[in-house]
Amino acid sequence: MAKLILSMDGLVLKEIALTKERTTIGRKPHNDIQIDNLAVSGEHAVIVTILQDSFLEDLGSTNGTVVNGQPVKKHFLQNNDIIELGKYKLKYVNEAVAGHGKAADFEKTMVLRPGAMKPTAPAAAPIPAPVAAAAGPATAAATAGAKNFGDTVAGQSSTAAPVAPPKPASAPQAALQLLSGANAGKELDLTKPLTTLGKPGVQVAVITRRPQGFFITHVEGASFPVVNGKVLDAQAHSLNDHDVIELAGIKMEFFLKT
Amino acid sequence: MMTLSGALEIASCTDPGMVRSHNEDSIASDGDQGLVVLADGMGGYNAGEVASGMATTVIITELQQLLEKKVPYEIDAKSGQLVAHQLMHEQIAKANTSIYQAAQSQPQYAGMGTTLIVALFYDNKMTVAHIGDSRMYRLRGDELRQVTKDHSLLQEQIDSGVITPQQARQSQNKNLVTRALGIDPIVEAEIHDYDTQPGDIYLLCSDGLCDMVSDDDIGLALQTLSSNLKLCAQHLVQTANDNGGRDNISVILVRVLRDYPAPRSIVGKMMSWFK
Repeated sequence: MAKLILSMDGLVLKEIALTKERTTIGRKPHNDIQIDNLAVSGEHAVIVTILQDSFLEDLGSTNGTVVNGQPVKKHFLQNNDIIELGKYKLKYVNEAVAGHGKAADFEKTMVLRPGAMKPTAPAAAPIPAPVAAAAGPATAAATAGAKNFGDTVAGQSSTAAPVAPPKPASAPQAALQLLSGANAGKELDLTKPLTTLGKPGVQVAVITRRPQGFFITHVEGASFPVVNGKVLDAQAHSLNDHDVIELAGIKMEFFLKT
Repeated sequence: MMTLSGALEIASCTDPGMVRSHNEDSIASDGDQGLVVLADGMGGYNAGEVASGMATTVIITELQQLLEKKVPYEIDAKSGQLVAHQLMHEQIAKANTSIYQAAQSQPQYAGMGTTLIVALFYDNKMTVAHIGDSRMYRLRGDELRQVTKDHSLLQEQIDSGVITPQQARQSQNKNLVTRALGIDPIVEAEIHDYDTQPGDIYLLCSDGLCDMVSDDDIGLALQTLSSNLKLCAQHLVQTANDNGGRDNISVILVRVLRDYPAPRSIVGKMMSWFK
């Protein structure tokens, strides 16, 4: 369950759980989060929560809504976002993300039962009519309300963690230097996840860049690549700094870049 | 019976991933019949495996038998439907009933279900049926395109403009499907036909692949490793695992090697009759 932490000048004033489909923020008393400050409009902003996702929308406020220093009209809230309204700050905390170390076990696929959901659309969502063509009219309603999450989902509650970034910043850097052939002396940076070497139809090998390092694998052709004088088999072979590869009659040296 | 022997090359790989102890995915294929099936099960304990296993077994064995007698590109005289569509509808309904009844009658299977994607290749085209968020992609030339559209909350949010496809990758609501096999007494599969071309590569996968590996990296792998389909399938699974492998990962690759038109002439029909 996501929540907001309201603070001013670094002082925490209160915590608000985002249990409702619409949580309104403004100066007037009927708002779910009332902030009695003249810099805040009567109806300033609204947070629409759909299951585990929350969206912030400015309701045309006089002084605007700022998230992480940027003015926004509509914003898909991410864990630890800071919403600023005048002197007040609202920090968005999504525990599903914060505790993702343990969450993996619960991150199972579940079914949203068509028709079982409350058929009221959140303000942020335009009428989901175009969906009907693709997904059938009954399921279109499922997009809409999210209030009855607990009742409508078959299985455990969802605490999905975000996908790990596909390319870790710490990915190693390496290159090949050609030692023979017409292009001898040339360097080839291994920046892609996959780099193929050789002549298609004759002999091809691929170098894969993985978090644990670089690997060479035979792809096609009758003969297999040779590394440091040794012929490889069909398995991937881990490359070390200054390994010499022979492929389709060309010698090349693999080296790591720092 | 007609055979597609030599028209398709098929390679597959399935893996529990880095986090789960069970593999709840299930895959099956028959190259001669031009049939591939992939299912991603869900439900407590090992019920997910049971559901996906039932789905692939029922569909592949029943369709294999029916295709001995029936011709997928003909029109059924009674229903006026294409036989391929009729077969898909009937066998998916059968699999749905089997899973649903098992879930109803045995407490340890309560609530189990599965996604499903089935492709049947015939007459230079394919019929694709799917339910849930298991996908098919097509690589033609250097263009990778997603063929199926997920039956998921996220896809519906994307369609209705609530979030963008970029934002969808950050969403916490990834694992909610809006349709599944075995959950309700009746299920409707989405069924479409597509023309195929020699050289096309089709990828069927569970969400354990496409949630962990970007479309760009999937496209790069299919292009780069197209001459070694088995290696390509293993590489895709390995990439998903390198990126965290949070879910089971299954991949089926189908390459169209040559044209496979239906025998339309009288002689052709006679020949296929006696084969």
